[in-house]
Amino acid sequence: MAVEKYLRIDRRIIFAIITVAVIASLIVKFELPIPASEPVQGIYEKIDSLPQGSCVMISFDYDPSSKEELQPMAIAFLHHCFSRGLKVIGMTHYTGAPGLADLAMNSVAKQYQKNYGEDYVFLGYKPGGASLIINMGENLYTAFPKDFYGKDTATLPALQGVDSLRQISYLFDLAAGTTIETWLVYGKEKYKFEMGAGCTAVMGPDMYPFLQSKQLNGLLGGLKGAAEYEALVNKKANAVSGMRPQSVVHVIIIIFVIFGNVVFFISKRSGVRNA
Amino acid sequence: MNFLKRTIPLVIAFVMGVLMTMQYYVPSRYSQNLLEVVTRWDRIIAGFAVFIGAYSLFHLHWTRIKRRVEGWGYSVFVYFGAIITLVFGCLNGGKFFWNDKQDGTMFDWLYFYVQVPAGATIFSILAFFIASAAYRTFRARTRESTVLLVAAVLVMLGRVPIGNYISHYIPAIADWIMAVPNLAAKRGILLGVSLGAVATSLKIIIGIERSYLGGGD
Repeated sequence: MAVEKYLRIDRRIIFAIITVAVIASLIVKFELPIPASEPVQGIYEKIDSLPQGSCVMISFDYDPSSKEELQPMAIAFLHHCFSRGLKVIGMTHYTGAPGLADLAMNSVAKQYQKNYGEDYVFLGYKPGGASLIINMGENLYTAFPKDFYGKDTATLPALQGVDSLRQISYLFDLAAGTTIETWLVYGKEKYKFEMGAGCTAVMGPDMYPFLQSKQLNGLLGGLKGAAEYEALVNKKANAVSGMRPQSVVHVIIIIFVIFGNVVFFISKRSGVRNA
Repeated sequence: MNFLKRTIPLVIAFVMGVLMTMQYYVPSRYSQNLLEVVTRWDRIIAGFAVFIGAYSLFHLHWTRIKRRVEGWGYSVFVYFGAIITLVFGCLNGGKFFWNDKQDGTMFDWLYFYVQVPAGATIFSILAFFIASAAYRTFRARTRESTVLLVAAVLVMLGRVPIGNYISHYIPAIADWIMAVPNLAAKRGILLGVSLGAVATSLKIIIGIERSYLGGGD
């Protein structure tokens, strides 16, 4: 029964192994292939096909607890939009998101010499969820009379010609919750715009029905989705470097699972033999 | 009292339910105006829900402090964090909350150097717990659990670049698992949930489902 002790291994040993693996893979740099998957390619190609000056809306529906997966997506997507000369409108359904959204938009816009109010706008947070989307679909200015900084939205040049969601060319929802479904039901289907999404890795499997029905034209799933987009826009940053520790940790977990099962079968067989 | 508590809410639910369902199919200006007004009211009510949420949170933690229940010290931190954030939010960098939001205030500092790292830390801990839980619970005890285990291993490898490095078949298999069996199961659940939501909505509109009125009627 000596092998059975391995089934009850102290979890602190597992934590220590994971810690060492993460630190080592952050220090030791090695290249991993990051080919773009079809759902990621879908978003990239759509943004590439939009004519200069088209209006893209980003809904930053996450807070600091999901920042590590979704903020790199936001930054890579903004790089693509600004490099293509698209106008960007940001907003959020999450109270914890405005700081992160503002930081992402301003930092990337600065790199492309884009001006606030002319090339991009951040509308900030408003409560309401589905009601807010319907309000935006009917009249963007009554839904958001002022932007995040308190400026009148009706006077902002970036919003000229955009009275409602009907005038936007593409919507990209970065979601840590159920906002993708809300945008699909109350926004996309009612006001007829194309939509893509980025979500945390655990939410990814839930989005496949919407990809197959073409309600979403693409999806960035978890940090890997962000890394693929970073590679596509040639702005390799946090998501690409995060692939090393993530890959190593996945392999270690698989080794743990295989080891646990081998020990389980040995102990089971020796138990049967002793009986 | 019964009229105020039961009949009027039931009439409101019926009238608004029928009106808003019909509104969806009537493409006139009046219909759109109605939708805009109703959704605006809904957003105002949603705003008030924040106050109810805050009251509920503070009430719960005040009770914990008063009764000195185990871990009451954490409840003190809830008050501490909320009051500090509220004070700096209202101060707005010396310009006060009735002016436009100022940049680089103490409120921003609290957000970027307390809330953001704390949130990221909690999220990161997940990897450690998943590793421990996977080792302890992922066992091929039955045929079904073996299928689950094999699928999980393939998806875990296929969802990181190292899977592609080992063999380009691994991401392809992972994609197939996600796009075929996973999709079928998810769509089934989605259809079931959606039909359930339609049925519950109809029951509320016509007054069969009354639990939202309270009293378990």
